[in-house]
Amino acid sequence: MNRVRQFKPEEPWQAPEEEPIVRIENVTKRFGAFYAVDDISLHIHQGEFFSLLGSSGCGKTTLLRMLAGFETPTSGQIFIDGQDVTNIPPYERPVNMMFQSYALFPHMNVADNIAFGLKQEGMAKSERQDRVAELLSLVQIEQLAKRKPHQLSGGQRQRVALARSLAKHPKILLLDEPLGALDKKLREQTQFELVNIQERLGITFVVVTHDQEEAMTMSSRIALMHEGRIEQVDPPRRLYEFPSTRYAASFIGSVNLFDGYVVQQDDDQVLVQCDEADSLLQVRHSQPLVPGMAVTLALRPEKVRVLKDFDEEAPNQLRGQIKEIAYLGDVSIYHVQLPGGKWVQFTQPNVQALAEQPLTWDEEVTLGWSANSCGVLTE
Amino acid sequence: MKLKPGLPPARNLIIAVPWFWLALFFLLPFLFVLKISLSEPTLAQPPYMDLIREIEDGFVTLVINFSNYQLLLEDSLYLSALWGSLKVAGISTLFCLLIGYPMAYAIARSPVHWRLPLLMLIILPFWTSFLIRIYAWIGILKTNGLLNNLLMGMGLIDSPLEIMHTPIAVYIGVVYNYLPFVVLPLYATLIRLDLTLLEAAADLGCRPWKQFLLITLPLSMPGVLAGSMLVFIPVMGEFVIPDLLGGPNTLMLGKLMWTEFFSNKDWPLASSLAALLLVALILPFVLLRHFERRAEEAST
Repeated sequence: MNRVRQFKPEEPWQAPEEEPIVRIENVTKRFGAFYAVDDISLHIHQGEFFSLLGSSGCGKTTLLRMLAGFETPTSGQIFIDGQDVTNIPPYERPVNMMFQSYALFPHMNVADNIAFGLKQEGMAKSERQDRVAELLSLVQIEQLAKRKPHQLSGGQRQRVALARSLAKHPKILLLDEPLGALDKKLREQTQFELVNIQERLGITFVVVTHDQEEAMTMSSRIALMHEGRIEQVDPPRRLYEFPSTRYAASFIGSVNLFDGYVVQQDDDQVLVQCDEADSLLQVRHSQPLVPGMAVTLALRPEKVRVLKDFDEEAPNQLRGQIKEIAYLGDVSIYHVQLPGGKWVQFTQPNVQALAEQPLTWDEEVTLGWSANSCGVLTE
Repeated sequence: MKLKPGLPPARNLIIAVPWFWLALFFLLPFLFVLKISLSEPTLAQPPYMDLIREIEDGFVTLVINFSNYQLLLEDSLYLSALWGSLKVAGISTLFCLLIGYPMAYAIARSPVHWRLPLLMLIILPFWTSFLIRIYAWIGILKTNGLLNNLLMGMGLIDSPLEIMHTPIAVYIGVVYNYLPFVVLPLYATLIRLDLTLLEAAADLGCRPWKQFLLITLPLSMPGVLAGSMLVFIPVMGEFVIPDLLGGPNTLMLGKLMWTEFFSNKDWPLASSLAALLLVALILPFVLLRHFERRAEEAST
C-alpha cells in the first residue's frame, strides 16, 4: 500500500547555497511553563512537500501556526522567502492555510468562499470570477459553486477549503491535518490528488499530520517531532530505513531493538555483541564508533529471513520459538520468543508462506538478516 | 404546525402541553379582547354590550360593531400614537444594540473565569423591582436630581437640564431597562462563533476590523434579531416608563390604551387598540419570515 514518493531527482535540501523558502531559526514557543516548541531550527525548500509528523502534543500544530502568524514565537526567528516574518500579522504574510476543520464561512456559498481572499486583495470582479472558475475545476467541484457549506459532504468541503487556500497563489501552503476528517477510502484517494496538485502548481506544501502512512506517501521530506523537538528530518525512505533515534525507529512502522556494545569496526563493518542474540551482530555503519561503546540496533520485521540451519560461524542469527501469528491478508506477523525471553517479530508475505512449508505455532526457527538491514541508533 | 401522523403518543403529549398553555393563556384571552373590540360601549358593569343579544321570543341577533376600528383609522390621535410607539421602540432598539453589542462582545471575548461574573452584573438589576428602578431614574433625572446637582456642583452647567418629562427621559429609561434583553442573546450567539473562522479570514488577508464586518457581524445576526425583537415588541406596548418618565406630549399606544380603559371606561376602543397593536407587531414578522423562505428557496 505504501507508495514511497518518487521525488524529483534534484534534492534541494542537499544544495546549501540555495536560499530556503522557509527558514526557522531557534524558534521556541512557551505557554506558561510548557514548551510547545523547544528551540527548533528547520529549513524548507521551494517546491517541497514537507510533513511535520508526530503524535498529538508534539508541537507540530504550534509550529505550523507560527508559520501562519497565529502564534508569535517566544524566541527565535522565522524567515519566509528571505523576509523576516516573525512579527508580521497573518493578513500580511505570503502564506495561506488549510484548516483542519476547513473553517469555511457558513454564510457564503462555495464561490464566495473561494473568492474571499481575492476580494481582500482588491482583484477586479471579472478577473476574480475567472480565477474562481479555474480553482473550481482544479479541485473538480465546478457544479457546487452556488452551494452553501452546510449542503456539502465532508470530501466536498475539503476541496473547497483547498481551493480557497490556493486562490491567492501563496508562496507556501500550510495544511493542518488536511485529510484528518475524511474516511479511509477517500483519504487514500485524496492523498495522491493532493500530491498531483502540489506538483502541478509547484507551491511549497507544509503539512501537519499524525498519520505516518499519510506522511510517507506524500512527502518529499518528513520532520519527525517529539515533545517540542525535532527527532529527525529526512526523506520518507531514509527515515524508515535509517532512523537515527530510538523514538524515530519505533514511531514509524514496527521495529526490533537490540541493545549491545561495539566489539570492533573494520571500515564500515561493525560487530556488536548483544547478550540476547546467539551470535555477534554485524551491521554497516560509516560513522566511526569506539569499541565498548553502547549502541542500539534497529531491525525492521520484514528484513528478517527464516534460515534452514544455524551456522556457528556466521553473524546475525537468532534462535527462538514462534509463539504468535497474526494473519493480515497480504502478510503475516510472527512473534518469536528467544530463549532469554526477548520477543522478536518478523513478517513474511503469505505468497511465500504458501510456497514453502508454512510456519506454525511453537515451531523452532532460526532467523537471520544481512548486515545492510540493520540501523545503528546512538541515542 | 401540524403534528406528523404516526408520531409516538408520548411525544404528541409533550408537544401538546405548550400548545395547550398558549391556547389557554394567550389565544383565548385575545379572543375575548377581539370580542370586546367588536362590541358597543355602554354604561354598565362590564361597560360593553354582548355581541349576541336576545331580542324577543327566544330570537337572538349578532351585532358586530366596527365603529371602534373606524375611529382608530379616522382620528389622527391613534395613528400618531402608533407612530410614536414605533419611533420610541425603533430608536430604543437601535440604542440597545449600539450599547449592548460591544458589551456582549467584550464578555464573550473575556477570559473564561470572567464571563460568569460579568453576565451576573448584566442580570443583577433584575433583582430589584422594575418600578423601583424607574423611580430611581426620576431621582436621577429630575430638575433638582442627582445628575443636575452633580453637573452644577462640578461647574459644567449653570442651570439644570430639563430631562424629566421629555422623550429623552423615556429613551434613557427604556434603553436602561431593556439592555439585558439584547446583551444576553447576543452573548449566546457570539460565544458560539467559531474563532477559526476569524483566523481563516485573517489568513486570507483580512484586517481585524474587516474580520468583524465580514464574519462576526453577519454570523451574529440571529442574536441581533432575537435581541431586537425582545426589545422592540414589549416597548411597542410599554406603558409604565413613558407614563413615569415621559411628559404629556409622549404619545404612545400603551399609554393611550390605559387612558381609554381606565379613565374613559371605553373598553371596546381600548380592545381595538390592543388588536391594532398586535397586527402592527405581527405583520412585519410574517412578512420577514415570508421573504426569508423565498430567499432560502431561491438559494437551493
